[in-house]
Amino acid sequence: GVVPISNLIRTIRTARTQAEEREMIQKECAAIRSSFREEDNTYRCRNVAKLLYMHMLGYPAHFGQLECLKLIASQKFTDKRIGYLGAMLLLDERQDVHLLMTNCIKNDLNHSTQYVQGLALCTLGCMGSSEMCRDLAGEVEKLLKTSNSYLRKKAALCAVHVIRKVPELMEMFLPATKNLLNEKNHGVLHTSVVLLTEMCERSPDMLAHFRKLVPQLVRILKNLIMSGYSPEHDVSGISDPFLQVRILRLLRILGRNDDDSSEAMNDILAQVATNTETSKNVGNAILYETVLTIMDIKSESGLRVLAINILGRFLLNNDKNIRYVALTSLLKTVQTDHNAVQRHRSTIVDCLKDLDVSIKRRAMELSFALVNGNNVRGMMKELLYFLDSCEPEFKADCASGIFLAAEKYAPSKRWHIDTIMRVLTTAGSYVRDDAVPNLIQLITNSVEMHAYTVQRLYKAILGDYSQQPLVQVASWCIGEYGDLLVSGQCEEEEPIQVTEDEVLDILESVLISNMSASVTRGYALTAIMKLSTRFTCTVNRIKKVVSIYGSSIDVELQQRAVEYNALFKKYDHMRPALLERMPVMEKVTTNGPAEIVQTNGETETAVLETKPPPSGLQPANQVTETDPGYAGFLFPTGIPSITAYNKNGLKIDFTFERSNTNPSVTVITIQASNSTELDMTDFVFQAAVPKTFQLQLLSPSSSVIPAFNSGTITQVIKVLNPQKVSDSKKNC
Amino acid sequence: MIKFFLMVNKQGQTRLSRYYEHVEINKRTMLEAEVIKNCLSRSKDECSFIEYKDFKLVYRQYAALFIVVGIDQTENEMAVYELIHNFVEVLDKYFSRVVSETLNLL
Repeated sequence: GVVPISNLIRTIRTARTQAEEREMIQKECAAIRSSFREEDNTYRCRNVAKLLYMHMLGYPAHFGQLECLKLIASQKFTDKRIGYLGAMLLLDERQDVHLLMTNCIKNDLNHSTQYVQGLALCTLGCMGSSEMCRDLAGEVEKLLKTSNSYLRKKAALCAVHVIRKVPELMEMFLPATKNLLNEKNHGVLHTSVVLLTEMCERSPDMLAHFRKLVPQLVRILKNLIMSGYSPEHDVSGISDPFLQVRILRLLRILGRNDDDSSEAMNDILAQVATNTETSKNVGNAILYETVLTIMDIKSESGLRVLAINILGRFLLNNDKNIRYVALTSLLKTVQTDHNAVQRHRSTIVDCLKDLDVSIKRRAMELSFALVNGNNVRGMMKELLYFLDSCEPEFKADCASGIFLAAEKYAPSKRWHIDTIMRVLTTAGSYVRDDAVPNLIQLITNSVEMHAYTVQRLYKAILGDYSQQPLVQVASWCIGEYGDLLVSGQCEEEEPIQVTEDEVLDILESVLISNMSASVTRGYALTAIMKLSTRFTCTVNRIKKVVSIYGSSIDVELQQRAVEYNALFKKYDHMRPALLERMPVMEKVTTNGPAEIVQTNGETETAVLETKPPPSGLQPANQVTETDPGYAGFLFPTGIPSITAYNKNGLKIDFTFERSNTNPSVTVITIQASNSTELDMTDFVFQAAVPKTFQLQLLSPSSSVIPAFNSGTITQVIKVLNPQKVSDSKKNC
Repeated sequence: MIKFFLMVNKQGQTRLSRYYEHVEINKRTMLEAEVIKNCLSRSKDECSFIEYKDFKLVYRQYAALFIVVGIDQTENEMAVYELIHNFVEVLDKYFSRVVSETLNLL
């Protein structure tokens, strides 16, 4: 015959491999399928039961769906039971056949046996589609008003599902809720509270309407706490903790944003908070829910402090579950009740040493939220120690958090630099990319700490240059302040003795190392270049390094090297100005990564293009705006003409006049002449002025300067200085 | 809201599963495997709540069996932890000998 399910389970458990199990299942499925085909009523129930078990193990069972419907339609309770279970597991609105159930359910909701009614309510409340719910809502509403508590409790949960599927039907259940809370039966009370909660969460009108239930809810809760031992409801000495938690949650929803309701529940909350037994998980579960409610409603400050103190006590509990929920709750309240949470700071900091990863994470987040000007030194010490010892998954967030807190609350610049150093050396490879420009800006702006900073950074990478963010910051600093490093100017600590060659050694090591990222190499090369204007003995060495990288495979490095080479060769006169010390930078944004107004220590090299001559003529030079040789050329009237430029045969003279019409305008006439043997073609003169000035270039007489000084190009330039005071006014 | 209720043994075999939101059948086996992996990797010093995707897992171990409940943010983790034991006690009441032996209940 057809084996019972217990046999099947025993057989499947003997399978030693997944393949063996699959084979057994397939064999059994085939047997079940043929049994279904034979329309065997006797064993249908047994077969569907086995099918459900196999489905639970992960095997497809869709061919049993119709069989479930047949079972539901049967008169036997044992059939209906499996049929409805099957429907709950295998059917939902995705399958069209599910609608065939509707009539059966309707009949069974009116069945003479309450257990059949119960089955129907359960199934509808579990998988009922919107159409089914619409059709059957009336039946459910009727059962919600019955005096049979077995049915009433199931009807309440079914109603929750109906409302979720068809929210418009909520109104229809309102009358039936009237005396739901008058029940003594805990099952009905529990599911009724769930129904009320669902309605309040979905509709502000319902919420307002149900606020009047607060006194009744308070009374029920009080009875649960005060009542003696009730064997039916006892869980480790507490009466129906699950109902208590539900009521506390509903109270939370009703008391939110409402002063009167909050006041009405104040006493009971205080009572639960102080009297609940905390030795077992049960009690703590209730306390936890109570704390959540207190923090969410409009409770008086005394009550809030009580709640936070409970959380503080939780932190000291041996039970890690309690510590976890305490930290989670404190994290939620730290913004609104900052001072109260501060009192538990040391306990929270201790949790950084917990063995549980989730607890550590919360403790870290909470610790950062609690840092302020008063406790920053102590807190940072703990957090830096944490950074040292924590799991890699925390390091990036921790480092970022430390940088942020240090920026906000640093008691001194030295402390700030030291803290940054500590993070870079401890967790240097986990620091986020955006931290590097921020740190560089910070260092640049701490002018009096430059010598100290560069010394510390140099020492840090001497031993280990694998941590990219650290190496990038260090390279940049060495490039900027290398002169301070070799001259031993440090005041904050004992200055180290280091030669120019030693500094170049470390930067070259960074360049060569295959641990260095491309970006890092860029920093190192630029740093080396900058040192050409800061070092005195090793300029040749620097030239050599730079020229080698002119043929680097790395395109980025190659471009830099080529440009720096050009600086050494053709534009050597511009090199000092281009590689000058960076000025203090303005921060564009204050939160998060700041946008630096200037580039990270890489000065834009003047692009000096030379156009190839069309047919053997000497190429003209383009004088560009950034050419530092021409900065500040505006003199007040009365100054004699000058020769502004005289090199390689090109000579440019300036003559100055005051405009007749506008005394703020100075008119400069340039004359360009050419003493070389070849004409200069494509000559273009460009000029730049400070922001407050205005400039107008009129058309030049020509773009070709003939050779042998045989002719000149003339061009007029007008410069307006709006702040210029006229001579006559000056004398008043 | 409770999303799912599982009983899985240490070898990863599912003994009981109930899903309260639709999950594709092939995704179920994957989820169950991952969930048990998460639970097995926990030490004694760690708490019974694991953050897993957009659920929280509340788990309790009874001998070689793990009972794992997947919940969302609206649930009280500790109450669910208590609920698991309540469930086990109900099983014990109805199927006494079998349950006591299997789950090593006192």
